[in-house]
Amino acid sequence: MILTESSAACWNCGRPPDSVHFCRHCQSLQPPAVDRFAYLGLEQKLRIDRADLENRFYELSRRLHPDRYFQRPERERQLSLDATAVLNDAYRTLKDPVARAEYLLGLHGIKKGEQKSLNVPPELLEEVFELNVTLEEMRSGAAARPQLETARVKFERMLHEVDQALEGCFARWDQDGGLQALESIHGALNRRNYIRNLLRDVTAALS
Amino acid sequence: MSPLFQIDFDDQPNDIIVGIDLGTTNSLVAYMDQLRPRLITDAQGEKIVPSIVALTRQGELVAGRSAAEVLVSTPERAVYSVKRLMGRGVDDVAEERKLFPFQIAEDSRSVIRMRLGDRLFTPPEISAQVLRQLKHHAEAHFGLPVSKAVITVPAYFNDAQRQATKDAGRIAGLEVLRLVNEPTAASLAYGLDKRNQGIVAVYDLGGGTFDISILKLKDGIFEVLATNGDTHLGGDDIDNLLIRIALQDLASEWGQDLLSDPVGVQLLRRAVIEAKHALSTLPETLLQFSYRDRQYNRQLDRPLFDRLIAPLVERTLEPCRQAVLDARIDVRQIDEVVLVGGSTRIPLVRQTVQVMFQKKPHTELNPEEVVALGAAVQAGILAGVHSEMLLLDVTPLSLGIETMGGVVSKLIHRNSTIPASATEVFTTGVDGQTNVLIHVVQGEREMIGDCRSLARFDLKGIPPLPAGMARIEVRFLIDANGILNVTARDQRSGKEQSVEVKPSYGLTDAQVETMINESIEQAESDFRARQLAEARVDADAILAATEKAMEHDAWFEIAPQERQGVKTALNELRVVFHSDDYLLVRAHIDNLNQATFHLAELMMDTAVKSSLQGKSLDQL
Repeated sequence: MILTESSAACWNCGRPPDSVHFCRHCQSLQPPAVDRFAYLGLEQKLRIDRADLENRFYELSRRLHPDRYFQRPERERQLSLDATAVLNDAYRTLKDPVARAEYLLGLHGIKKGEQKSLNVPPELLEEVFELNVTLEEMRSGAAARPQLETARVKFERMLHEVDQALEGCFARWDQDGGLQALESIHGALNRRNYIRNLLRDVTAALS
Repeated sequence: MSPLFQIDFDDQPNDIIVGIDLGTTNSLVAYMDQLRPRLITDAQGEKIVPSIVALTRQGELVAGRSAAEVLVSTPERAVYSVKRLMGRGVDDVAEERKLFPFQIAEDSRSVIRMRLGDRLFTPPEISAQVLRQLKHHAEAHFGLPVSKAVITVPAYFNDAQRQATKDAGRIAGLEVLRLVNEPTAASLAYGLDKRNQGIVAVYDLGGGTFDISILKLKDGIFEVLATNGDTHLGGDDIDNLLIRIALQDLASEWGQDLLSDPVGVQLLRRAVIEAKHALSTLPETLLQFSYRDRQYNRQLDRPLFDRLIAPLVERTLEPCRQAVLDARIDVRQIDEVVLVGGSTRIPLVRQTVQVMFQKKPHTELNPEEVVALGAAVQAGILAGVHSEMLLLDVTPLSLGIETMGGVVSKLIHRNSTIPASATEVFTTGVDGQTNVLIHVVQGEREMIGDCRSLARFDLKGIPPLPAGMARIEVRFLIDANGILNVTARDQRSGKEQSVEVKPSYGLTDAQVETMINESIEQAESDFRARQLAEARVDADAILAATEKAMEHDAWFEIAPQERQGVKTALNELRVVFHSDDYLLVRAHIDNLNQATFHLAELMMDTAVKSSLQGKSLDQL
């Protein structure tokens, strides 16, 4: 379950603060809520306008940053430090589409897939097998460079495809929500991770 | 006075916050004057305090120019470039010891202790002396005590190096409100003065450190996108290259190994630095060195100089590329490159930067002053003067913990905006276990041995439970200074858990406390000496004025017993003049003032009349 502080009492005046950052009644800074979307004033949507996100981040930084709380009591200085750490973390997570999607899955109880051979997406098994053979040849000195170049181009194309697929999943979630959309995002993310690792291995072998 | 108007000045907050650039070679202090940052000069009008500290024969620690003199006359009593040793252990500095005349005591393991004359000092204590000097300059400038400062550090400084800088501030009697990264500070001064929108790269090559930072400037927000660097690369290294060449020449020309002669080496170092500076503006120069009636001359031209230093300048490029990559920008998106640090005056450095960033670097601001000015801007931000500006900096190194098999698990990645935090839940591995040790490191590598050990945190007082049942939530928080704070909480009881910190390098809190107390004693004796000197100056003035007044017409207008009173007070002040109790001297100055009050009034009357006759006061 997602914890939000909105139902709790304000530490300063005891009334419900009714807002994420500052108490509506006494304006004092509140302990950070956990949901990072909400912390930046956003709904749990996956397609985000980067410029808008940056503006939100800058505006909240101006209000929450410890530099603004230097002359204030210790309690508020500590709250400002905590709030800014959460804000920075939230911005870092949300500005990256993959981290953003993984975070959303986490909120809904879906853990990021472990990167073990057991989790190889079935449709990729053949690719992985071929690549391992080529890499083995390369290590034993055979002239496998052309094959690796081909493999790199192929993986780059696959990465591009999976990114497009992810875009589609994001749109579906933003429109309809639902567990099924999340499951397909989860699948696409796993596949993407795997392709990226393959690409990394090939690039490393080529350089 | 009615109670309404009584103001208790002791309760007034002292709002002076100075900005300090504590450099490897030179240090400066600045403050915020309404809207502009300004540098503070010493009594001679000099802005720069050389970061050199010496122990005089009288056992007094001095810093700055007077220490620079000691460095040449008795090198074993002086030390320079101590910033290279901050926050480091003796094993880290094996390289530096080959090139620098540091006399490091043999028992220095996690904290270096260095010898000056017959005493041992840690690097923070040495740096504190430079800070004290800057503090004095600021106090003389304002005529008020100064106890708060923003101090700059290289962006690529790790936790221990930052902590050591903070310790130095505390030892010097300064509350360090904030550590600011040098290139970021420079960007604040630059942004205030020149550009305030767009992407800016700050290339900072100083006396001992190199930093590159890439920032996004927008509506007063200064967001660092990425930073990188090398904390052991700077002008010092160029000096050492040239010294080595000169030493080889001397070995063949004079048949003498000068290396074993510290005074000779220091004089040679001066000559080499002079030649280096000349080559920044001239195509060639003569390296001249005379010592003990012998003369060594060597023609140096820029092509040769460039060839010599090219490998050092090259070393700055990889950090630049990494920073651009980490900032997730294309190099062409950078709108401006700002040069900081004295070594960026070297033409080859400027050319290299221009090629790397495909842009002519910006050189309008003085590269040696811009960091201190920026520190003052940050001081202004903290004081609420520049409320439209805000600096969002990053941590230069990833923070991780040791896990099974010596593998590092990263908790906070490099270039994360600070303050940054991460939470991890720990448990026990053995039934009834009551403490857990967490080893925290900084660095980018996967294995613990390749990273920099930061500290071991001991979680104590865990309730004895079967293995794996305890739940201790540990929060790692890197604050706005780039310094790590660790707190822990028992998830079951919700109680704060005690954490004992064992820093791998640097001083413990208790050690710093001892040094602060020592320095307070030192400061008190400094204070007394200064007060005494000032009281004697005032006594001299009033004695001279009284003697002169005794020749004035007015002297004969006052009653004989009043004249006797003045004479007595005058003689008494002469008697106490040479005591070392400044309060006694002050008391007798007051006595003489009282005794001559009426006399002075009479003289004033005469003066007013005289001035009407066209005579001025000081003609009396």
